[in-house]
Amino acid sequence: MGEEGDFRLEREPYYRPVHGELELFEAAWRNRVPVLLKGPTGCGKTRFVEHMAWRLGRPLVTVSCHDDLTASDLAGRYLVTAGETVWVDGPMTRAVRLGAILYLDEIVEARKDTTVVIHSLADERRALFLEKRGEVLHAPSEFMLAISYNPGYQSVLKELKQSTRQRFVAIDFDYPAAGIEAAIVARESGIDEATAQALVRLAHMTRNLKGNGLDEGASTRLLVHAGKLIAQGVAPRAACAAGVSLALSDEREMLAALNELVSAVF
Amino acid sequence: MSSSAPSSEPPLGAGELEQRLEELVGAVLSSRRTAAGLARELAGQSRSLQDFVLRWAGVTAKSSPELAFQFAGLAVHAVGELGYAGAERWLLSAIDVYDREGLYRASAELKDLEAFVGRARESAWGAAFGEVAGVLETFIAGLSGRRLKLASAEAAWTDTATLYLPQRITLFPSRAENFRVYKVSAALLWAQTRFGSFALAPGDYPQAPRELALLNLLEALRLAARIEHTLPGLYRDLEALSLPALGAEFAAAQARLRAPGASAADSLAALRELPPSAEAPDWPFLGLLDPARALALREERVARDKQALRAALQRWSEERGDEGLAPLDGESLESGAAAPPEDVKRLVESLLQDLGELPEDCLVPAGPGDPRPAPAQRPAAAQQTDGGEDDGALRYDEWDHRRGHYRKDWCLLRERDVRPGDPGFVAAALERYRPQIRQLKRSFEALRGEDKLLRGEPYGDDIDLDALVRGRAELAAGGELGERLFVRRARRERDMVALFMVDMSGSTKGWVNDCEREALVLLCEALEVLGDRYAIYGFSGLTRKRCEVYRVKRFDETYDDTVRERIAGIQALDYTRMGAAIRHLSGILAQQPARTRLLLTLSDGKPDDFSDAYRGEYGIEDTRQALIEAKRAGIHPFCITIDREASGYLPHMYGAVNYTVVADVARLPTKLAELYRRLTA
Repeated sequence: MGEEGDFRLEREPYYRPVHGELELFEAAWRNRVPVLLKGPTGCGKTRFVEHMAWRLGRPLVTVSCHDDLTASDLAGRYLVTAGETVWVDGPMTRAVRLGAILYLDEIVEARKDTTVVIHSLADERRALFLEKRGEVLHAPSEFMLAISYNPGYQSVLKELKQSTRQRFVAIDFDYPAAGIEAAIVARESGIDEATAQALVRLAHMTRNLKGNGLDEGASTRLLVHAGKLIAQGVAPRAACAAGVSLALSDEREMLAALNELVSAVF
Repeated sequence: MSSSAPSSEPPLGAGELEQRLEELVGAVLSSRRTAAGLARELAGQSRSLQDFVLRWAGVTAKSSPELAFQFAGLAVHAVGELGYAGAERWLLSAIDVYDREGLYRASAELKDLEAFVGRARESAWGAAFGEVAGVLETFIAGLSGRRLKLASAEAAWTDTATLYLPQRITLFPSRAENFRVYKVSAALLWAQTRFGSFALAPGDYPQAPRELALLNLLEALRLAARIEHTLPGLYRDLEALSLPALGAEFAAAQARLRAPGASAADSLAALRELPPSAEAPDWPFLGLLDPARALALREERVARDKQALRAALQRWSEERGDEGLAPLDGESLESGAAAPPEDVKRLVESLLQDLGELPEDCLVPAGPGDPRPAPAQRPAAAQQTDGGEDDGALRYDEWDHRRGHYRKDWCLLRERDVRPGDPGFVAAALERYRPQIRQLKRSFEALRGEDKLLRGEPYGDDIDLDALVRGRAELAAGGELGERLFVRRARRERDMVALFMVDMSGSTKGWVNDCEREALVLLCEALEVLGDRYAIYGFSGLTRKRCEVYRVKRFDETYDDTVRERIAGIQALDYTRMGAAIRHLSGILAQQPARTRLLLTLSDGKPDDFSDAYRGEYGIEDTRQALIEAKRAGIHPFCITIDREASGYLPHMYGAVNYTVVADVARLPTKLAELYRRLTA
């Protein structure tokens, strides 16, 4: 299939394992069990899936879920072209046909009724029912479903239903320990170890503020962004103001406090 | 305020002025203390100044005629120094002091006009605690460790729970520099709590002020070295403020305290080696060290944390079932390897911060036979039970219409649980209103957000066959095949939350209370059909220090037997101080994620409170102001009032928002749900 090439990863995505999640994911894949990745935003869930797809040599189909995502957006729909109706596969159908890893990012953002269409793929049936085509698609053994969600949102509206979550094995993600996180930031952004450590210290400070004015602390991803700016020659305080403080909050007083933390660290 | 508007009218004469003043402050005049002198002085002034003095004397007299009399005597001079707006601020600050600390301090504040003038000038560049507290509190919380509070005091010091900082810093000619002094002071106090400044034995601390000041300095040196590498930016700030430089007599101590791993014991040893001539320098960020108070607080907290930790460990081991799992030990807890629940983690961290290690005796889970820590066992809880000033009560401002400003932190409000009532009450109500409930449910069903199929859309889930057939026909007739050929399922979501605030004041006793409770039962039944998220709170109170809000149903609770019993348990209690309750509940409501937030108040008649001035106009204005605040916060307040007289104050009090009057109490049960339906349709 030519199409498959579009979803193949050519180079190894960098990923630093923390606690045996590589083995866990691989075991789940071999046993055709779907996986649920939970953890705060920007801690490396998506990168992990990319890395696993590369490692297992499977194509990867990623869907970022949003609250207007309908079942047809995932499965596919008929389109009208030149007077004819043509069926077009959605990303989910395509992933099943390709035997790919299907990664639904931030699944709780999708509409509740959309979440339900993945149920038949996520249990031992491993089948996708294309109602409109009258077709049942059985997933090949290489196919795998992975979903992610951020339990930190703490909103009654954004909870994963039990009937959904109990079909998955879960892998818990968190920001890595300080030493590892600094190594990741240094490697991803190209700054020296000492600056990376200072960035991680700053991140820990902002994470202390979670629930005290901030919804989330600075993620590893934000640190990498700030690090890249520093590597380009931007002064550390300015890079952190742009890459961390302003990214975290709009509130004047909180911004002032964040910038004080930045200037304490640098 | 219009106080400074020039008046074209002629000045008042001494006679008339004396009469007006006597009306205002007559209560504190006597045959030997008359208003005549005041009147003579004022008579020579412009009419607008006279009006200003009379108006504000009148305002002040409502709080204290004595203060008003003193104000009138100083006002001319004050306006000359500060202008009208400045004089108004000067008076208001004195009234605030009066509210907090009484007449004696207030009159001192008023008379110390010089100091106020000085402060007004300084405020152009000085930094005030009130302005920096918010930023600093967040800053300190970010630095790690136990959450610390900030408060203002004469000098900078800490008791390990609160960082006290000066009211105002004006040492430097720019605000940024003065702010830096605040920041460094706060950070140093934080470091004292974080890095063991209070870890010595109580007897080891010196007593003499000179020695304490020196120990404080040595600790500052030690802590500065401690943060040099992790917080280099902060360290640079600290260095920049450490002027004048230390003399040679401190060289040895400085070297010793820079060594990695130096502790408070090293500071103490260094103190003993200092020559008797050594004096602590006057660095701007150095405050005071008060080991006695810090140690007392620390000891109390350690005892409390230990006990709480044992209880938490017991709960945890019960949850784990404690089979096949390694027994707990200090090491795995300290390193976090055992993945303990949040409360255990927090307590372990707090103990580690105080003690440096986990004492063995707190790692034994409280045995199953051990009683859970009853409130009485906790020393701090003893005063919590009743009427205590603070005990976690929330403070709310109150609007004083006569002064046209808020009384700061005037009301103390606590959240409480409703004691469950007779479950039979709800069953009886359900039985009695069965036909009405059935009808309500049906009308609410019609309101439910439902999927709607939109035809002829440019994109969608499926093909709109009708549109396609029409399109083909047009194509055959030489037209074009349009683009709108799909059907799309669109959901009309009711993105709405509602909070019901129910009057539990004494005046609802009897009939009104029964009807309120029945109304809530019907409302809940109907809302369950609709699926809107909602919460119910009751409110009552006795004076400003005991405003209370009762949880009947929180947003995260489901309508179950517990909630039903709480509805049955709603009682008629004390008075109706509505403002604080509206402010508190608006705050809760504002946190709910939703497009529309509705605050429904259900009350009978006027806001009222025992003995103090809340009764009457004051309460009406405060309630009105609280509703306006809620509206500004993006909440839609709606007030339902049971008032047989349809009194005249209602349009004013509720006029800023929407309201309705239920004249016949008996109709309230069916009316409430119906009102909600109409409001949100």
